[in-house]
Amino acid sequence: MVTASLGDTFLSVGMRQVGPVSPHHLGLLLTALRVPWILAGIALLLAFFASYLTALSWADLTFVLPATSFGYVIIALLSRFWLHEAISPWRWAGILLITAGVGFVTRGPAYTPTPETPVDSSKSVSLSGTEPL
Amino acid sequence: MTLHANSGSVWMMIGAIVVLATFGDVMIASALRQIGDLDDVRAKSGIFGAIRAVLSNVRFFFGVVGMSLSFFALLFALSWADVSLVAPASAALTFVTNAVAAKWILKENVDRRRWLAALCVGGGIFLLTR
Repeated sequence: MVTASLGDTFLSVGMRQVGPVSPHHLGLLLTALRVPWILAGIALLLAFFASYLTALSWADLTFVLPATSFGYVIIALLSRFWLHEAISPWRWAGILLITAGVGFVTRGPAYTPTPETPVDSSKSVSLSGTEPL
Repeated sequence: MTLHANSGSVWMMIGAIVVLATFGDVMIASALRQIGDLDDVRAKSGIFGAIRAVLSNVRFFFGVVGMSLSFFALLFALSWADVSLVAPASAALTFVTNAVAAKWILKENVDRRRWLAALCVGGGIFLLTR
């Protein structure tokens, strides 16, 4: 959650330095790869990806994806207090609703067992701690 | 909201991010199902064995292609609009399309809780656009 949020924010800072990219000047995206903020953003997103792959080997895609959604709140806080973007009350409400959705999904089982991949109880994933998986 | 392009173009780019990311996510999840628990693979073959198992999987390769294209679409969108709109909107929409794809393609048990979560996320997306 933290690496993905920081990574997205770093990319945003970097792309603001690069400026708007038009579809007729795709080469500008390669130039963006030389901006330190973009490189740091990519490094953070790679760290996120390694964690994400490990989580996917333990739990369903429909569990892992929403479980990481608290990152929206981190992004909102970073964009509001660091990038000084304006966030309307409606957008804050949207972020809260998305987080509520995350709450629903994380209270259920994490993994759908298949004949090839039975549940290994020692690797159960739980964020709520209220139900055995 | 600070938009440097018309909102139609921004939402088209967000749509491209979502489709490509969903393809990537489904292919990568399918690859990890095929490979199995990475902890077990690492215990048997070491960290490099686990990395090799992931990188040599064909589904993982196609998944990375999808994610890479989605990433460049994200860079485009970030150069046009605020990160607080593009990042949550594309990720949240990807969550909804992933729920559908995971049910029909990966055969995951997308139960009432997970659909309810999808509705909440959909409502959240609507509010994000206000």
